[in-house]
Amino acid sequence: MKKQANGSLPIHIEDLTVAYREEPVLWDVDLDVPDGTLMAIVGPNGAGKSTLIKTILDLIQPAAGQVRIYDRPYSEQRSLVAYLPQRGSVDWDFPTNGLDVVMMGRYGHLGWLKRPGPTERRLALEALTKVGMQEYAARQISQLSGGQQQRVFLARALVQDAQIYLMDEPFQGVDATTEKAIITVLRELRAAGRTVVVVHHNLETVPEYFDHVLLLNVRVIAVGPVAEIFTPANLRRAYGGHVEFLLAKAEEPNPLPVQERTNGQSV
Amino acid sequence: MSPQLEIQLVASIVAAACALPGVFLILRRMAMMSDAISHSILLGIAVGFFLVGHTGHPLLIALAAASGILTVSLVEMLINTRRVREDAAIGLVFPVLFSIGVILISRFAGDVHLDVDAVLLGELAFAPFNRMTVLGLHLPQGVWVMGSILFVNLLFIALFYKELKLATFDPALAAALGFSPVLLHYGLMSVVSITAVGAFDHVGSILVVALMIAPPASAYLLTHSLPRMLGLSLLFGVAAAIGGYWLARFLDANIAGAMASMTGVFFLLTLLLAPEQGLLARSRQRRRRRRRFAVEMLLVHLSRHENEPEAGTENSLAHLVEELKWQPNFAQAAVYNAQAEAFVQRQNGLLLLTEQGRQTAQRVLAR
Amino acid sequence: MDSLFDFLLLIFTDYTLRTVTLGAMILGLVSGLLGSFAVLRKQSLLGDAMSHAALPGVVIAFILTGSKAPLVLMLGALAAGWLGALLVQLVVDQTRIPQDSVLGIVLAVFFGVGLVLLTWVQRQGSANQSGLDTFLFGRAAALVMRDVWAMAGVGGAGLLLVGLFWKEFKLLSFDPDFAATLGFPVGLLNVLLTTLIVVAVVVGLQTVGVVLMSAMIVAPAAGARQWTDRLDRMVLLAALFGALAGMSGALISSLSRGLPTGPMVVLCASLLVGISLLFAPNRGLVGAWLRQQRNHRQLRRSAVLEALYGLALSHGDATHAHQLGAVRAAIPGVDVRRTLAALESDGLARGHGGDLWGLTPAGAEEAQRELHRFERHGLDELPTRPSSYPFSAEIDPAEVVK
Repeated sequence: MKKQANGSLPIHIEDLTVAYREEPVLWDVDLDVPDGTLMAIVGPNGAGKSTLIKTILDLIQPAAGQVRIYDRPYSEQRSLVAYLPQRGSVDWDFPTNGLDVVMMGRYGHLGWLKRPGPTERRLALEALTKVGMQEYAARQISQLSGGQQQRVFLARALVQDAQIYLMDEPFQGVDATTEKAIITVLRELRAAGRTVVVVHHNLETVPEYFDHVLLLNVRVIAVGPVAEIFTPANLRRAYGGHVEFLLAKAEEPNPLPVQERTNGQSV
Repeated sequence: MSPQLEIQLVASIVAAACALPGVFLILRRMAMMSDAISHSILLGIAVGFFLVGHTGHPLLIALAAASGILTVSLVEMLINTRRVREDAAIGLVFPVLFSIGVILISRFAGDVHLDVDAVLLGELAFAPFNRMTVLGLHLPQGVWVMGSILFVNLLFIALFYKELKLATFDPALAAALGFSPVLLHYGLMSVVSITAVGAFDHVGSILVVALMIAPPASAYLLTHSLPRMLGLSLLFGVAAAIGGYWLARFLDANIAGAMASMTGVFFLLTLLLAPEQGLLARSRQRRRRRRRFAVEMLLVHLSRHENEPEAGTENSLAHLVEELKWQPNFAQAAVYNAQAEAFVQRQNGLLLLTEQGRQTAQRVLAR
Repeated sequence: MDSLFDFLLLIFTDYTLRTVTLGAMILGLVSGLLGSFAVLRKQSLLGDAMSHAALPGVVIAFILTGSKAPLVLMLGALAAGWLGALLVQLVVDQTRIPQDSVLGIVLAVFFGVGLVLLTWVQRQGSANQSGLDTFLFGRAAALVMRDVWAMAGVGGAGLLLVGLFWKEFKLLSFDPDFAATLGFPVGLLNVLLTTLIVVAVVVGLQTVGVVLMSAMIVAPAAGARQWTDRLDRMVLLAALFGALAGMSGALISSLSRGLPTGPMVVLCASLLVGISLLFAPNRGLVGAWLRQQRNHRQLRRSAVLEALYGLALSHGDATHAHQLGAVRAAIPGVDVRRTLAALESDGLARGHGGDLWGLTPAGAEEAQRELHRFERHGLDELPTRPSSYPFSAEIDPAEVVK
């Protein structure tokens, strides 16, 4: 059910302003997300990155502006969008296992009252296999490591079979294996023509993983293809001028890791 | 002293004695422990009753306090197994102790004096009839007993004020500095238990909860300072006691129930009317901030499109409504407010920034 | 009663016993099932608060209708409890007062208001107002079939709703934000679920009374959780535990005077929790302690084997014997002698007399295997558990690397 009519964009945001207790968290944001891309959203703490995702999902009401998913409001296009939230918010001692969690991703498709059945089970197992977690289907979720939990939640997003995927810091706090598994899945999604937007915390991996990037600090600092936009000048503007980032892969044989320093504290 | 006055005196002392530890209970997020303890002390009272045969003995207070401590220990123990959550642990422990108490009483004491209802409800009206003479003063027993408890509570808080304050707001630091938060915790719970025991005779266990929680909560809405919170809690407690008495007289109803209702009334009033944190005040602040924010957004939007060719269309009211997705009323109000503050002028149906308006917009953008 | 058989027969023939037992079983079943959600959503004490808050509702219902029909009173209790829950949510959302304090306030103030109304009604002197308080303090012995039918009806309606909205409630309890993005009206569902908890409380009030209701909400669910990691099984088990507690409590209390039903039911429920906490297969504390002892034994054996092996290597002979003292020095804090004795009885070590100990060939092989164990399995498969997990202190590698 892909409503992809003559060049309409997956996500079109205009003049979006969001306030928390009447202090601006997002101000006058304009954004067009191209089709079939892997886009990163980066910015310092408090830049409004999670807020942007949540506003797109109608979890937060904007003070001004609008969001369009393929030219229509989000509420009409829910089934086209999947959400992978930050890992912290769930009760890990809840009596549920990996398969169960992934099946919950199909609840939206099932609608009210209908119970999940063999189809949902099969789809869930397929999604688990895609992230390499099929052996842990029956494992209670608190018995999984951080990276494994993240993969299960990714499977839950995948099983929704959406056109657009919004992810909030999926790589945060995971081990190397999991990170590789996740980026593989994301690349497969892109290859299948889906659009993936990711709030990302690690500046170092942006050029390697993503095609497009949005530099955000309450306002849009810069947005566009990574090669053009991800420059030291822009990063300095986004992070308030205290960034030492040696982009010089071309200039130096051993580029140093990124150091973000805001007001003397490392971020 | 007339009986009326004596009842009010006892009631006020009870309220004051409850309000003091209550402040720390709500700050430490242990309000429901007061409910748990005030019920589980029945066990101690039942055991004490069997040992001494009547309810007036100080042994009962000691045993009841002990069952309060037992409650706290059992709850901690359950939580430490990590199989049960904090709130579930509380909800599991006190009913067991209470049940054992009830069964002991029913089995061995029949319908004596220690009516379960009385435990829950208390009866202040009888206060003047149990008298005790101390130091030549012939006063209701309640004055002496609760008075001593009030004194103990005051002493506890005065002696350990800074430790309590630190342990409540920064337990890690307190531990690091060598003040044992665990000891303080049990100390506070002992105080709560003793207070609950003394008070249950007059107001019953459930209303101990009202007097321990509601006045401090009302105070919490009025101040950020701990000493003031303690003082205000005392004030609210005593006011509820006296107000409750007169309410009960007027309606010819249970005094303790009326006192609890009054604590609720005061809480409700504070909830609505508190200057900064009250609901009315907040709604006013919200409206004010929303107005200011809307004006700022308007100014920024105007300044952004000011010298562009589309300024003609962009800066009209109608366009605002469409572009920013504002409701017409909201847009009009924003414009009106901006005009009132001389940030904006209307000319030929278009909105133009004044110099002041432009500067304000720059300041907002620079934030 | 001459025999157990006669006693059991009494359940069917004695009206009171039958009624009370049935009532208690229904109470247990309903509160166990609905209480599961309360416990999982950290709303355990909501049951306590709601049971106290029900008083004014009961009195007002009586005042308005003049009837003491259980259904009427239950509806009154439901309305008051529901209002209380709403107030709690409102105050928590709008102010900085913590949730437990608001629960306490609603609990005590509503109850106080109810008391005032109750005593006022009693002073009014209308003939039928006695017995209102039995509704609240749980005189199970006063239950009649009419009450039981009301409990079954109201409780049944609640259970039906849970059955209908099972997956919605499951999702809501686990991840409300995700539920919102799927399009479910989270606020409404929240209200519905909280209402059901109030229903559970209201159904049980007559049987166990205000104070003990909290246990009936929490205990069956807490016990059931220890036996299973699946929500559907947990909820059903909780219902079973609740019914069991109700039945046994009612039966035991009928055995002699002076054993009031409410407290007996609570004690039975608590006993079930205690047994579950101790003896449940995976989470049980006894099992966990035994496993921990076994782990420690394993670790001690490995340590001693490796120590002996290490010491022996310098002599080029894996079975070279060494003084006990030397081994002790290598691994301080371990009871070496006892472990060596155990190893000897397993044929992995040998005492050469005079406190000299060495590995046997079999022991040497075992030591070698131990040393290479971690390398073989690879670090990836040893999970690091999030700190919220109950058992982070009890990792059993053998279980994990299944």
